[in-house]
Amino acid sequence: MSELPPYATTGERIWFYSFRVICGLILFFLIAPIVIVAPLSFNAEPYFSFTNGMLKLDADALSTRWYADILRNGMAAPDAVEGWWSDMWNNSQWVRAMKNSFFIGIFATLISTSLGTLAAVGLSRSEMPYRRVIMAVLISPMIVPLVIIGAGMFFFFSQVGLAYTYPGIILAHAVLGTPFVIITVTATLSGFDQSLVRAAQSMGADPVTTFFKVQMPLILPGVISGALFAFITSFDEVVVMLQMASAEQRTIPRQMFSGIREQISPTILAVATILVIISIALLATVEMLRRRSERLRGMSPS
Amino acid sequence: MAVTASQDMSAGQGTAAGSLTAADGTPLKQRLAQALFRSRMRAFMLVCPLLAFILCVFAIPILIFMSRGFYDNTYERFMPDSAAVLQKWDGGSEPSEEMFAVVAADLVKARSHPDKPVGKVATRVNRELSGTRSLITGTARKAKKMEAPFKDAMIKANKKWADLDTWQALKVAATTLTPAYYAAALDMQYTATGEFKAQDELRQIYVKLFLRTLEISLVVTLATLVLGYPVAYLLSTLPNRISNLLLILVLLPFWTSILVRTTAWIAVLQGQGVLNDLAVFIGFVSDDDRMSLIYNKTGTLIAMTHILLPFMILPLYSVMKTVPPSFVRAAKSLGATNWTAFWRVYFPQTIPGIGAGGLLVFILAIGYYITPALVGGQDGVMISNFIDNHMRSTLNWSLAAALGGVLLIFVLFLYWLYDRIVGIDNMKLG
Repeated sequence: MSELPPYATTGERIWFYSFRVICGLILFFLIAPIVIVAPLSFNAEPYFSFTNGMLKLDADALSTRWYADILRNGMAAPDAVEGWWSDMWNNSQWVRAMKNSFFIGIFATLISTSLGTLAAVGLSRSEMPYRRVIMAVLISPMIVPLVIIGAGMFFFFSQVGLAYTYPGIILAHAVLGTPFVIITVTATLSGFDQSLVRAAQSMGADPVTTFFKVQMPLILPGVISGALFAFITSFDEVVVMLQMASAEQRTIPRQMFSGIREQISPTILAVATILVIISIALLATVEMLRRRSERLRGMSPS
Repeated sequence: MAVTASQDMSAGQGTAAGSLTAADGTPLKQRLAQALFRSRMRAFMLVCPLLAFILCVFAIPILIFMSRGFYDNTYERFMPDSAAVLQKWDGGSEPSEEMFAVVAADLVKARSHPDKPVGKVATRVNRELSGTRSLITGTARKAKKMEAPFKDAMIKANKKWADLDTWQALKVAATTLTPAYYAAALDMQYTATGEFKAQDELRQIYVKLFLRTLEISLVVTLATLVLGYPVAYLLSTLPNRISNLLLILVLLPFWTSILVRTTAWIAVLQGQGVLNDLAVFIGFVSDDDRMSLIYNKTGTLIAMTHILLPFMILPLYSVMKTVPPSFVRAAKSLGATNWTAFWRVYFPQTIPGIGAGGLLVFILAIGYYITPALVGGQDGVMISNFIDNHMRSTLNWSLAAALGGVLLIFVLFLYWLYDRIVGIDNMKLG
């Protein structure tokens, strides 16, 4: 079907091209809403639609005021020249949300990646007992509805004094990220040649050396993709945040959520545009790592 | 060294013929079992930290939360004496003077309790019979001055105390281990005599809500299948170079924040949004008759379909890539029409992919929260939104737990099905 054979009938030709048009439309449906956010965020008016001036590419109708607003929102003196940077760094709501997002995301990723990688190494051994049940339990944070996870954790964390604290949120996000680490790392390990481990051991390496010198370099691309998945899960998480975080711990998605609910302004679109750029960068990294991993394992990159 | 070896030899000869021994004299079978056990333990020890972490921070908290659906000690905690008396009451006969007296005494005690629990108790009873909140709080204020006979005094304070309904509600509220919340989650009422009866028609909302949640999830699953199947097919047949480029178009939404995508749909679908502007511009609808595409069920369906579509395309694609194209060619060379070749030969081989994608999308859709909360309006909200509402607004945590329990059982059933049909090991991302 990738190419039309020369003996195709007219009907087949029509179907061939209309099928591609249909697929094109579906792909357009997938990508258009994400792309459309970017031009809308340069609107000079506080609306969510294209103005006439924008369609004519009128310079007056376009502005970067919403991007400036990201920085200025919440500042004590947005127009002061002196101390502008420290004011922004300390007071701007979105900057604080960004700092929170990265802080929580990075620590949650560290926990879920280290625990998840260890577990994936264990799970991919053939002698692992109760493999199926344990795997099902470890993947379940991805499956159980987030509202239930948030509610359960909220009560538990309130009992132990972790509700409305950074450690509590980091632990919660670490739980949510582990399934992704396990899935990507076990997938990488499924192509791993176990005889390499035996070879290292036969030459006198202890298990720890074998792991770090032989196994780890080969599965590293999978581990990093898993870590990026875990990071984006935490970076995008809002349901558990709603139940467990106070205003102090607001992350970008939490701030967006209340922004959409309360006072919807194109600032949200500007933030969204920045987030799309971040996701493009993450996606590119993961794709690169995937190809690298396939090369390392001696497959031809697809 | 030589000595040990010879000792081993003699030990080996000493045992029954045919059973081999290892170097230190233990039977080989036992040694092998030990070695296997050790390697199993090593594998298990690697998994152990994460398993312990998940159990402590995730599984056990959820189980504790679920148990709240069966357990509510608000009444018994603050009014223990009357709770014990109410338990003994059969729930149908005329309330005795003793019951009146002990409730009045408990109300006096509760009123002087440092936690001020009268309001909590009143709320608890009110859940069983609406309108009893003021009855409890009002009587509690007057209870201190009451004198025997308490029956007359309480009925004088509020004549609702003469109703059997009030006492039945009190008995249900006084039961700490109670099926009342799970019954309420299924639109039933647990009565004082221990029966379940259907809730009043006007108050039957949860079954409808569960059905709507199922309906939305099902429609979204079907929509993602209809949209995802052709794209996955195209991706699997194109040369790798092109299909990898197109795959990025599928993966980008997957990596983009759900909030970004929901915001984007608000910008596209709202009354003054891009799509309506376009429709007005080409004359499809008039300016004052714009389509309402968002803040209702339509908006939820469109945005959820978009958000979950990659979860359908990716499993379908990975299955379709393994279907050899020669099968369809063979079918055609044997005289099958294009349709027969597709439907009888190609399609059956993609069913595992449909199962994997469909179940995954359905599982994710059924617990969806963010999108319905932001674009759902009135008729597009789902069960998760109600659970959250009971968690954070009405603070009826036991009902939230019961609703969550029903949802969780359903999701776990689907998860079990997924494991049986697809296998959790085969779950892939990107």
